Amino acid sequence: MTEMTGAEMVIAALADQGVEHLFGYPGGAVLPIYDALFQQDKVQHILVRHEQGAVHAAEGYARSTGRVGTVLVTSGPGATNAVTGLTDAFCDSIPLVVITGQVPTHLIGNDAFQECDTVGITRPCTKYNYLVKNIDDLPRALHEAFHIAASGRPGPVVVDIPKDIQFAKGAYFRPKEFQHRGYRPKVKGDLDKIKEAVEMMAAAKRPLFYTGGGVVNSGPAASDLLRELAKLTGFPVTSTLMGLGAFPAADPQWLGMLGMHGTWEANWAMHDCDLMVAVGARFDDRITGRLDAFSPGSKKIHIDIDPSSINKNVKVDLAIVGDCAHVLEDMVRLWRASGVVPDKKALQAWWAQIDTWRAKNSLAFRNSNGIIKPQYAIQRLYELTKDRDTYITTEVGQHQMWAAQFYHFQEPNRWMTSGGLGTMGYGLPASVGVQLAHPKSLVVDIAGEASVLMTMQEISTAVQYDLPIKIFILNNQYMGMVRQWQELLHGKRYSHSYTEALPDFVKLAEAYHAHGIRCEHPGELDEKIREMIEVRKPVLFDCVVDPAENCFPMIPSGRAHNEMLLGDASTRVEDAITEAGKVMV
Amino acid sequence: MNANSATTSHYPAAPASQVVESRTLCVLVDNEPGVLARVIGLFAGRGYNIDSLTVSETEHEKHLSRITIVTRGTPMVIEQIKNQLDRLVPVHRVIDLTTAGPALQRELAMVKVRGKGDQRMEALRLADAFRARVIDATNESFVFEITGASDKIESFVNLMLPLGLVEVSRTGVVAIGRGPEGM
Repeated sequence: MTEMTGAEMVIAALADQGVEHLFGYPGGAVLPIYDALFQQDKVQHILVRHEQGAVHAAEGYARSTGRVGTVLVTSGPGATNAVTGLTDAFCDSIPLVVITGQVPTHLIGNDAFQECDTVGITRPCTKYNYLVKNIDDLPRALHEAFHIAASGRPGPVVVDIPKDIQFAKGAYFRPKEFQHRGYRPKVKGDLDKIKEAVEMMAAAKRPLFYTGGGVVNSGPAASDLLRELAKLTGFPVTSTLMGLGAFPAADPQWLGMLGMHGTWEANWAMHDCDLMVAVGARFDDRITGRLDAFSPGSKKIHIDIDPSSINKNVKVDLAIVGDCAHVLEDMVRLWRASGVVPDKKALQAWWAQIDTWRAKNSLAFRNSNGIIKPQYAIQRLYELTKDRDTYITTEVGQHQMWAAQFYHFQEPNRWMTSGGLGTMGYGLPASVGVQLAHPKSLVVDIAGEASVLMTMQEISTAVQYDLPIKIFILNNQYMGMVRQWQELLHGKRYSHSYTEALPDFVKLAEAYHAHGIRCEHPGELDEKIREMIEVRKPVLFDCVVDPAENCFPMIPSGRAHNEMLLGDASTRVEDAITEAGKVMV
Repeated sequence: MNANSATTSHYPAAPASQVVESRTLCVLVDNEPGVLARVIGLFAGRGYNIDSLTVSETEHEKHLSRITIVTRGTPMVIEQIKNQLDRLVPVHRVIDLTTAGPALQRELAMVKVRGKGDQRMEALRLADAFRARVIDATNESFVFEITGASDKIESFVNLMLPLGLVEVSRTGVVAIGRGPEGM
């Protein structure tokens, strides 16, 4: 126990938790903490340009390392600006500890300068939050925040610290262990149920692994075990957007991503399978499509650490509550021990069926010599970066879906995207966090010109800290996904989805002291991508692409997996969407 | 809160402390989804205390619910609480029953006691003295129902403690003004 101020306790706790980088922005109600930061060198502070950027950067940092991301912001606007990032992290189960300053305790509730009800505002978008009104509670709250953020289903935790508590002196300690009275996530799955699952898997004729972000969150061991189990069983594997990389895209058992813009084979396999093994995935509406027609003939096994995810959208036949890595480990062991032999003949027939779906080549697009097709741009980016140590972030929209379809991930933690919340402006600040955690790696934000303008100011952060992030903008001058939906659903009335006054991205890059590249022709793409990779500076790459290109395949909203549309079928899309479907976004 | 903060902080120092009082407030609200969250959120967000809170629909046709809150604070804080509650859109009226005139306050509790022989007899005898009713009985347990002011329930529960108290469930305070006038 050491006597110190609350502000010093914050730094001590961060250091004790092994935090090396803290993303933040100073302000009146956190000045004591910034003063303590100034007088130490254990924790490096990264000054962002907007608090939303701090949280996304911490998300990128957390997602790419498996560690807890940390943020420090001031009260009032500092806290409210962080709310989008908190909600994003909450939706995608990203572990964060966000420290917010608060007005002194005697002014709370008084509408003081830069006061807001931070714990009230962030209650629905955090896993847990604290308002620390007593210095004696601060050490435990700080350490407990890390424990809660990282354990169980990860998520963001806010610690709101009034300014007088930052000044107050108290005894600092690091709690030895956490025996929370209520919070005890279950990590080991029920063995009887895992046994039952193995039996169901052994008897399956048309099985499928449907994996999600939970496999990535569970750590690298979970990905290894998933690969092992897939090898042992010979089952096909598909994944949600958040789960990409947990299973290698180069593996012949990989079907590609499923869901609204997933592959023909993945969605048909979901629809026609007789056993679905969901691992760390949550049956989200982008995945299931029309619920009453979702995989009608299958038995469903659901492995998830969060009991509230089970039977939330889809009723399953067997639920196993536990951490993916633990459950998969037991599954592999029990599969081996039981000596089961899957029905080879049935599996062969299943794979033959899958091959006919694959033959559809659902990601095919008509390339052009005159104009850069966005899919082609990502294909070239992939070819020119795949042999490097590369991390990819994205913004939200068409480019995000094309990135998921055409950039192939072989390892987990390489893919940082805003899945649940769909936050435009996520990718650039996230790439700042990723690059900081992996200074020698190539970090590319596959962006859209509309999204990237939402948090463009963070390029200034990248320049300040010498982070050579590559912002690869697929510039179609539209909010592409909005335009696509307007084309398909709203009679081509492109209401406010066209940005009439875009900046000159090359000049913008130069203004920020970054490097700008503009590419307009397919022929010059490779050379310019190489230039982007070689420049040891943050790069804004303005890739001018076909503004009319749409993202296919597509399951129109309100439709089932077996009703998905392919690119060449786009003329029929208007008929395909029902009135009920139009309401569903 | 040390001397340092007053000089280094850009916020004013805390005022000298005043006497803290307990008050019972009755709040008449529209019975709509989220109204309770608004009231509780106000207390949590502004750092007010809630010692007891009860809520139930009282006028079905008008969709009105009545919330009774027992809170503590300095006179200034209490004034703020009343004004802040009154400002909420679905709130119809706020009455401070502690100051508005003579008022009745009651709470209902169910008290489970487990024991045999003399202890059991003693529990029953005390229950009688407190006018608590037996609403469940087994060979080795009673559940008593007791109604009264909070301090009466408090003393009853304390007396049951050595006699095998198992658990207590309390409604929290409900209150109403004496006399012919409504709120």
